[in-house]
Amino acid sequence: MIFRALSIVCSVVALPMMVQAETGKVSTFSLDNGLKGIVIEDHRAPIVTNMVWYNVGAADEPPGMSGVAHFLEHLMFKGTKTLKPGEFSKIVKDNGGVDNAFTSFDYTGYFQRVAVDRLPLMMQLEADRMRNLVLTENEVLTERNVVLEERNSRTESDPGSLFQEQRRAVMFMNHPYRTPVIGWRHEIEQLNLDDAIAFYKTYYAPNNATLVVAGDVTPEQVKTLAEEYFGALKPSENIPPRIRPQEPPHLSPIRMTFSDPRQSQPYIVRSYLAPKRVSGDQSEAAALTMLSYLLGGSGISSVLGQKLQLDQKLAVYTDAWYDSMSYDPETFGMYAMPRPGVTLEQLETAMDKVLADFLKEGIDTEHLARLKTQIAAEDIYELDDQSGVARTYGQAITAGLTVADVQSWSQTLQAVTPDDIMAAAAKVLNMKNSVTGLMLAPTEERSE
Amino acid sequence: MIRFIAAACCAVVLALPATAQQKIEEVTSAGGIKAWLVNEPSIPFIALQIAFRGGTSLDTDDRLGATNLMAGLLEEGTGDMDAAAYLRASESLAANFGFDAGRDSVRVSAQVLKSNADEALALLKQAIVSPAFNEAAIDRVRGQVISSIESALKDPSAIAEKTMARIAFGDHPYGRPSDGTVESVTALTQADLIAAHKAALSRDHLVIGVVGDVSAAELGPMLDALLGDLPATGAALPKAVKFAAPAGVTVVDFPTPQSVAIWAQDTDINLQHPDFMPTYVMNHILGGGGFGSRLTEEVREKRGLTYGVYSYLNWMEATEYMGGSVASGNGTIGQAIDVIRHEWARMASGGVTAEELEKAKKYLTGSYALRFDGNSKIARILVSSQMDHFPIDYAATRNDRVNAVTVEDIARVAKEVLHPDALQFVVVGQPEGVVSTE
Repeated sequence: MIFRALSIVCSVVALPMMVQAETGKVSTFSLDNGLKGIVIEDHRAPIVTNMVWYNVGAADEPPGMSGVAHFLEHLMFKGTKTLKPGEFSKIVKDNGGVDNAFTSFDYTGYFQRVAVDRLPLMMQLEADRMRNLVLTENEVLTERNVVLEERNSRTESDPGSLFQEQRRAVMFMNHPYRTPVIGWRHEIEQLNLDDAIAFYKTYYAPNNATLVVAGDVTPEQVKTLAEEYFGALKPSENIPPRIRPQEPPHLSPIRMTFSDPRQSQPYIVRSYLAPKRVSGDQSEAAALTMLSYLLGGSGISSVLGQKLQLDQKLAVYTDAWYDSMSYDPETFGMYAMPRPGVTLEQLETAMDKVLADFLKEGIDTEHLARLKTQIAAEDIYELDDQSGVARTYGQAITAGLTVADVQSWSQTLQAVTPDDIMAAAAKVLNMKNSVTGLMLAPTEERSE
Repeated sequence: MIRFIAAACCAVVLALPATAQQKIEEVTSAGGIKAWLVNEPSIPFIALQIAFRGGTSLDTDDRLGATNLMAGLLEEGTGDMDAAAYLRASESLAANFGFDAGRDSVRVSAQVLKSNADEALALLKQAIVSPAFNEAAIDRVRGQVISSIESALKDPSAIAEKTMARIAFGDHPYGRPSDGTVESVTALTQADLIAAHKAALSRDHLVIGVVGDVSAAELGPMLDALLGDLPATGAALPKAVKFAAPAGVTVVDFPTPQSVAIWAQDTDINLQHPDFMPTYVMNHILGGGGFGSRLTEEVREKRGLTYGVYSYLNWMEATEYMGGSVASGNGTIGQAIDVIRHEWARMASGGVTAEELEKAKKYLTGSYALRFDGNSKIARILVSSQMDHFPIDYAATRNDRVNAVTVEDIARVAKEVLHPDALQFVVVGQPEGVVSTE
């Protein structure tokens, strides 16, 4: 057993020189117990990113228990049947590694970055906590206070975050994307050990997880290690189907205002319900992605920036975005901050005029060509960020996409035509599907 | 046999920083511009990081914020190109440029494709050497800077830092707001920005790191073309200053449910000090290392008082100090501060255990290699190493220096360096039971 692990260490370390050319290569495997594996090769340095992604996030929580997915993420760093509380991160550190975790609507992910010869140990640790978590009442209650302080830091202290929570709660009338990932405060306060363990037992299993390993490894090495450490884990037989309540037709544009004495700058945010990337059929999402780049992807060279910042001098900043990678449909949105002396109403009227003109006049083909040049270059630049590439694949899998979808995405973007973009724009930029939020100007008094 | 090979393999991995540093070359162009280079051809692009020493500390007293606004305007037009034309040109080349001003440097970062590097760098040169500072761009970017200054006036962490800087450094450039004030930025003219450009962006201020698909022979001419037309000398760098806050507590009333507290004390430990490494390792154990550090264990893990608590040793071009930060609900921040004071004193009087030191060494030496995993990241490291006046072979000796630290070293420096009675706290919020001492 020890000898086997050591020999793996050697082969992993000895290989890089021979496979230099394979940096960026992606391959997949799966185990009999349902665990999926994705391997992304990067042989520039003997370093590896080890990630486990679970197909469960805040949008899978039972009603009334908002925040339990994120709370469990914190508790995953407590003990197991064989590890003492807190020992997980200490072992990672003792091996010169860094580790962390993250929770979103559709996923919960855990990662370590280590020297490549420590990969077997990292897999052993992740496999252990996939099925063997042990929690005590006392540590659960202490950690709940930590999460409440996290909510204080991220949300209660930030008027922009509070407003965003309020907007999402009306953007989604029925879908659980309406509930914040960290949870509503009054519900976090009631979370307990039993809630966390029930959620854990339901969702944390090899057949609900994807292992993503990026770095100085080969697919064969990773599969062998995965078999060794995860292969014996039993799959869960009661993972609920991922069917969330869907949105009914939205028939009425929604407007809302927000004010907070701690907010200094007014702004407008408009969001629209929008389709997502669909596995095997990403063309509409690609058109919407190009639309977001055209409208607001790069400040003053984008349509909103050119018109509102440069020409009409009404805005300080403009932006547009599109959340394409999600399990259920998400949003397309835009943002503008007025210059001093410009009211939010003036800015909103001007923004609507820019959109109307865009829908009438169509696309500057030279602008579209520049975007496509940048997208092609991004295929090169993104290889520099090992953890970032790993994260893209993990997020895609938990959003119901495949490795092939990720790999063809850049080509799908290149193939988008002006007509595709205009059709997608006409469909999505529909006020009935929208929420317009006005962050109001601060009151007269200044904090100093 | 298997064991022997295994041991050899492990040594290869742990020696990675040595491998990385062997690849660092110092390149001096024909025109005398120096850069540190790592040739990394496996991805066809080049990452450049350029720093100009001085940064916003070069602002004159009556032109606060000039360097920051100047840096924000570099990409906003040059020659007959206005801001939008410049941005379109960089997009057409798929080049990514970034410009930023900090207390000690103005930073320029660039990612350019190997395939059109010369063209992309010719465009970058125009931004660095001959920015237009036209009035329309000044007006627009000034508005953005002012909105960010106004946001910072209502951000608890920013308020805390600004307050501490004023208390600690007074009239020295470090005591002033780095981005200026609403009033000072409003008053800046085109002539001020031209003067700030001349003061900050000069060849004697240059520090350069380059990583990517470029050889030393190619890089020299590239640097001369990019930067050779800058003036030879710029403004003098700021004089050294001591962190001079009186011990005590300053509460800044701000209506929010969670208080932010920062604290600091003077030290003379910088990177050149013989006690730097023992102090650095001591700080890692005290509160620099997140999970496993004493502050995180005591304030977060045992008591649930915060989401994050850190301590740090901060070295800048003209000063050094030791401090930290924490955020906790208004009702619990007082308790968090008490625990922090207690841990500061416990470290000062007792140092660390052999076990704590062993764990810290394993982490600090083992994780060092993780910093070197991307061209852009390595380019940034090459620049900060030079900003910190490190020798070019520093990476090769750094882990040995960590391993040489003893429990006795830390006990000695902890006693000399940490002064729990000298700590100055700034608390922003509505903390219960915490009052200003002044």
